[in-house]
Amino acid sequence: MVRDIENIQHSFSTENDGNISKKQTFLTYGEQDKFAYYLLKLVASLVIILLLGMIAMLLNSSLSAIEEFGIGFALNDNWNPVEDEFGALAFLFGTLVTSALAILIAAPLSISVAVFINEILPTKLGKLISLFVEMIAAIPSIVFGLWGIFFLGPFVKDVLTPFLKSNFGFLPLFQGASFGIGILTASIILAIMITPTITSICREVLKTVPKIQKEAALALGATRFEMIKIALIKPSFSGLTGGVVLGLGRALGETMAVAMVIGNSPTITASLFSPAATMASVIANEYAEADSDLHLSAMCYIGLLLFLVTFIVNSFARAIVWKKQRKARG
Amino acid sequence: MTYLHWRKFKNIAFHASLYLAAIIVLLPLFLIVSYVFKMGASSLNLDFFLAFPKPVGEVGGGMRHAITGTLYLVAIASIISIPTGLLCGIYLSEFGKGKVANLLKFSIDMLTGVPSIIIGIFAYILIVVPLKGFSAMAGGVALSIIILPIVCRSTEEILKLIPQHIREAGLALGLPRWRVILNIVVKGNLSSLITGVMLAISRAAGETAPLLFTSFGNMYLSYRIDEPMASLPVQIYNYAISPFDDWRRQAWAGAFVLITIVLGINLLSRLLVKIGGLRHLIRRGIK
Repeated sequence: MVRDIENIQHSFSTENDGNISKKQTFLTYGEQDKFAYYLLKLVASLVIILLLGMIAMLLNSSLSAIEEFGIGFALNDNWNPVEDEFGALAFLFGTLVTSALAILIAAPLSISVAVFINEILPTKLGKLISLFVEMIAAIPSIVFGLWGIFFLGPFVKDVLTPFLKSNFGFLPLFQGASFGIGILTASIILAIMITPTITSICREVLKTVPKIQKEAALALGATRFEMIKIALIKPSFSGLTGGVVLGLGRALGETMAVAMVIGNSPTITASLFSPAATMASVIANEYAEADSDLHLSAMCYIGLLLFLVTFIVNSFARAIVWKKQRKARG
Repeated sequence: MTYLHWRKFKNIAFHASLYLAAIIVLLPLFLIVSYVFKMGASSLNLDFFLAFPKPVGEVGGGMRHAITGTLYLVAIASIISIPTGLLCGIYLSEFGKGKVANLLKFSIDMLTGVPSIIIGIFAYILIVVPLKGFSAMAGGVALSIIILPIVCRSTEEILKLIPQHIREAGLALGLPRWRVILNIVVKGNLSSLITGVMLAISRAAGETAPLLFTSFGNMYLSYRIDEPMASLPVQIYNYAISPFDDWRRQAWAGAFVLITIVLGINLLSRLLVKIGGLRHLIRRGIK
C-alpha cells in the first residue's frame, strides 16, 4: 500500500511539473518533497552521529585510565583518589547487588499488578490504578532521594532492621549495625522506581495473549487462578522476562536517589545494612570535585563500563520484547 | 477438604495476593506525595519564590535563582530538542524505511536507555572542557539529550496511529507530500504531539544527575549562558545533604514545588488528550 501512495504521489508531482507549480514557486512539488525528505534525513543522521560521538568521546576520555589499569580495573577493589589508585570492583558490586535486590522485590509485585489491572479490575478502575502506577515514574529521583533520607532511612533503621535481625539474624546478610542508609534502603528505593517500568511493559505483553486462549482455559473448568497461570503467564513468560530485564536496565543507571541513600563508601561486605557505593553514585559524588586527570579518566572508565552493562541489558530485553510482539502480530 | 475446595481456596488466595500487591505498589506513591506535601507546605512561604539565598547561618531566604535557573535550562533544552525530536519522529513515521531510519530507531532506543549521569559526562566533555568552566549551556545540552528520545518516540507513535487513507486523501487533492505531513498529519494531531512534548519537559525539569557537573549550581541569580546556573533539583540536593536545619526546610519546600510542577504538567498533558473540547480549542487558537 505504501508503494501505491508513492506512485500516486510521484505521478502527481510529475504532472504538476509542467503547469501549475512552475508559475507559483521556484521549486516543483517533487523537488520540494525531495528537499523536505533530505532535511529530515539530515536531522536523523545528526542524531545517529550524536550517539556515536557520545560513545567515541567517552572512550577517548577514559583512554588514559584504560592504559593505566587495563581490564584489571573492574577486578580491583581499591579506590583511593588521594594516591591515584583506582579500581571499580566495589562500585560494580554495589550496582549489581542493589539492582538485583531491587529486581527481586519489584518483579513479582509488578507482574502481579499488571495481571491485576489487565485481568481482574474493571476497565475504568484499571485505568485509574495504572495512572497511579505511572505517576510513580513521574516523580523526580531527587524527591525519591529526599524521601529516602528522611523517611525511608529511619524506617529501615528502626522498624525493618530489628525485624529482619530477630527473624533472619543468623544469615550474614542481616548482620551488623544499621544506620538507615545502605544497600537495603537503596534497593527498596530502586524497587519503587522501577515498578512502573516493569508493570507497563508486562501489561503490553499480557495484552498480546489472544482472548480465545483464556476463554478456552475457562471453558475447561479452570479457576481464574489456573487460567492466568496456564493461559496467560506461561505463554508470555519470555515477554515478562523482557520487561523485568528492562527494569533492571533502569535500576543499573539510576543515580540521584541511590547516591543519596546508599552511604557512598566503596566497600564490599556481606551485610545488606552496610553502606556501599554504585557506579552511578560515585560519578555523581566525585566528578565535579575531581582534581587529577587520572581521577576524571577513571570515572569516565566507570561511565563506559556502566554504559556497556546497560547497553547489553537493554538490547537483550528489547530483543525479547520485540520478538514477542512480532510473533503476536503474526 | 476435597480437591475442588483446594483449587477454590488457591483461587481466593491468589486474588487476595493480587490486591495486596497493588496496595504495596501504590503505598509508596501516597507516602511520598503526602510526606512531601506535609513537610513542604509547612516550609513554603512567599519568600521561597521571591528571595535569594541568605549566607550560611542566617534563617530565611528563598530559591528564586533556582526556579529561574530551572526554567532557563528547560527552555534551552526545549529549543534544541523539541524541533529535532519532532523532525526525527516525523521521519520515522512518514519515511520509516531504509538504513538511516533503522539506525535512527536503534539510536533512539539506545539513548532512552543511557543512564542520565552518562549523558552528564558527555555534556561535560563536549562543552565544559572546551569552555573551561561549568555553564548553563552544558546543562541545557545535557537535558536536551535526555528529552530528545522521548519527544521522538512519542511523535512517532502518535503519527503512526493516523490511518493511511487520510494521507492518501491529502495526496489525492494534489498537495505535495510535505504539505500533507505538515497541514494534515501534524496539524490534525497537534494536541497529542503537545502532550508528548509536555511529558518530555516535565522529565527534564526533574533531572538532577546530568546537571551536577554541567550547569553545576550557583548561589546567585544568573542569566548568562556561559556561567554556572542554579537549578531546583541541584539546589534541593545541595540543601538536603547539608547540616543546616533551615536549608533542609528549604529543600522540602523545593521538593514540594518541584513535585507540583512535574506531576502537574504530567497530569495536565494527559487531561489534554482526553478532553476533546480542549483539543478543538487549541487547534482553533493556533489557526
